[in-house]
Amino acid sequence: MELVDRLLAGDRRACARLITLVENEAPEAKQALREVYPYTGNAHVIGVTGPPGAGKSSLVDKLTQYYREQGETVGVIAVDPSSPFTGGALLGDRIRMQERATDPGVFIRSMGTRGHMGGLALTTKDVIKILDAFGKDIILVETVGTGQDEIDIIKAADTVLVVTMPSLGDDIQAIKAGILEIGDIFVVNKADLDYVDKAVMELEMMLDFNSDKGWRPPVVRTVANMGVGIEELAEAIQAHIGYLRKEGLFEEKRRLKIEMELLEVLNQLIVKEVLEKAKKTNEFDNLVDLILERETDCYTAAEKLLNPK
Amino acid sequence: MRKIRVLVAKPGLDGHDRGAKVVARALRDAGMEVIYTGLRQTAEQIVETALQEDVDCVGLSILSGAHMTLVPKVVELLKRNQAGDILVAVGGIIPDEDAATLRRMGVGGVFGPGTSTQEIVTFIQSHVSA
Repeated sequence: MELVDRLLAGDRRACARLITLVENEAPEAKQALREVYPYTGNAHVIGVTGPPGAGKSSLVDKLTQYYREQGETVGVIAVDPSSPFTGGALLGDRIRMQERATDPGVFIRSMGTRGHMGGLALTTKDVIKILDAFGKDIILVETVGTGQDEIDIIKAADTVLVVTMPSLGDDIQAIKAGILEIGDIFVVNKADLDYVDKAVMELEMMLDFNSDKGWRPPVVRTVANMGVGIEELAEAIQAHIGYLRKEGLFEEKRRLKIEMELLEVLNQLIVKEVLEKAKKTNEFDNLVDLILERETDCYTAAEKLLNPK
Repeated sequence: MRKIRVLVAKPGLDGHDRGAKVVARALRDAGMEVIYTGLRQTAEQIVETALQEDVDCVGLSILSGAHMTLVPKVVELLKRNQAGDILVAVGGIIPDEDAATLRRMGVGGVFGPGTSTQEIVTFIQSHVSA
């Protein structure tokens, strides 16, 4: 594919176009991803998640600046929600990143979730592959503002940062069950505000309860818009990478992610195939009617769709 | 599933962004993906953002009177980056004779005060899907 050749040659317009194809789930996207895949796996993918307004975009901006100063190239994917009613989206994460807009070593792309739950768009993982093949050393993936259960980022990132801020007492309680379990590093941003010690202590206490893990997630304080704590955060990320590599967990983690992704793709293919067959014969609609009239149930109907006689 | 993507940008130094935000919101409600980059953007930032985000349209909001300096720069830079196909629309206080000049340079639409948001939505939809 010509676009893929241009991508591998470093053409940013081709990169942008390929991302659009992938995002639109265009027919050409599959072939492009096939051709791109052998060139992926080199980037370190860092996920940044946390509640709206905690400072994810500002942190991504400052981390980008830090990595650029270290001579690394950076790709950024910033996800914001799409409207469930119109499908439209206001993608505003770039506002905090515009100082990087003209840096040739940085490529920033905004994505709407396009109806997908979980904190990312359905195609974010594939967009990561495009930026990876494009040669970016570090890829920062910013999720939508998350609450409790949007944990898709673990399927996409090597290192997950969970960002919170002081005085979100209730939110910290709320993230205990879901998000607290996925953080490799916790960031208490806006650490110049009151009650920062309380926020840090609550996190530390909860983390100390997790006894089984080899990696104890550190809690890092930052003031992103002032650039405070960024170096410490980058060191924590580096330490996490080192830990993954030393323990041989890096490959294991990636294997697990590939397993999950393969299952997802398989699911999609099976559903698509079954539905296409069923739509031809009205079988699907007929079964829905039967379920509505209590003459059959979803489980029996699904089995029928899967094994049509 | 194709989506119309629009960059709404405020070039130059004026800080009046309510119009840009209202338009951004209207485009969102029309089902478009709107990338909003905030105040005080240079032409270089706007064009680079348009390329990376692969937008169909760049909407420039200018209330400072500097449109004859800023808009041609954006149009020129887009062309130089082989992105002359991206639709450019300008909103703000633009005198008629300037609007005519801008259109000759390649600006697709110029919208002054009193324009309904629906007009802008329709303009983008008809120019982009064509």
